[in-house]
Amino acid sequence: MRVLVSLAAGGLFGAGLVVADMINAQRVQAFLDPFGAWDPTLAFVMGGAMIPMIIAWALSKSQKPAFADAFPSKRSEIDARLISGSAMFGAGWGLAGFCPGPALAALSFGGWPVSLFVLAMGAGMWGHDRFIARTVPA
Amino acid sequence: MNPDWLYGLGGGLMIGLAAALLLLLNGRIAGISGIFGAMVAGRPDGDAFERLAFLAALIGVPALYVFAGGAPAANAPASAPLLVAAGLLVGMGTRMGGGCTSGHGVCGMSRFSPRSIVAAVTFMLVGAVVATLGRHVIGGL
Repeated sequence: MRVLVSLAAGGLFGAGLVVADMINAQRVQAFLDPFGAWDPTLAFVMGGAMIPMIIAWALSKSQKPAFADAFPSKRSEIDARLISGSAMFGAGWGLAGFCPGPALAALSFGGWPVSLFVLAMGAGMWGHDRFIARTVPA
Repeated sequence: MNPDWLYGLGGGLMIGLAAALLLLLNGRIAGISGIFGAMVAGRPDGDAFERLAFLAALIGVPALYVFAGGAPAANAPASAPLLVAAGLLVGMGTRMGGGCTSGHGVCGMSRFSPRSIVAAVTFMLVGAVVATLGRHVIGGL
């Protein structure tokens, strides 16, 4: 059952990214860059996505997940890893116009540029966990 | 109102609903960098098959849409060095920072998690500076 839920959630997530045109790197960059022809679409996407999730977190206070023992615990540490990691992510996002979800959703039709980006992203994740994760103080 | 914004709102609601389903039913966070990162960098565990199903559908549903005649445009930059640099930064950064636009942005901010709000403000600001400099000062993005 958990696998079916994951399949449905992944599919709906991917469809939402296409409907919102967040798989379009130029539209994402046009949001990040306020000095060009500014495109506020990403703000509408973020706002729309927050609504079901605010309700879901409210519901999570009075019940358990249907197919799990507990909800994920809330992490609170705000440290150098959080800030430097998020800054690195932001730099890559601004450069290419892709974050992980849209890059994967665009993999089937984005040609070699999207494939190359996803390959490099995977290598960055692997490299981080292999070489950096244990050396950076948590 | 610009129809693009309405599509954005509708697509956003779909993304939020997908994340809410995963949370309320499976008790999991729909953070794409976390799910993909666990596949490529983590050790296989009991959730591996679920992650695979999520990613297969995330990639497969847009592929089906294209197969059915849709023509979404990724409009990726065509510079290989830039794509490699950006991909490495996104991969390392999201693992180090513990999340991306979906995990910290959609799932964390809606929980009013200060950690996620700090992360999202950081990647939004840096992303804005880099995209702006890249497009106007360096040019060619």
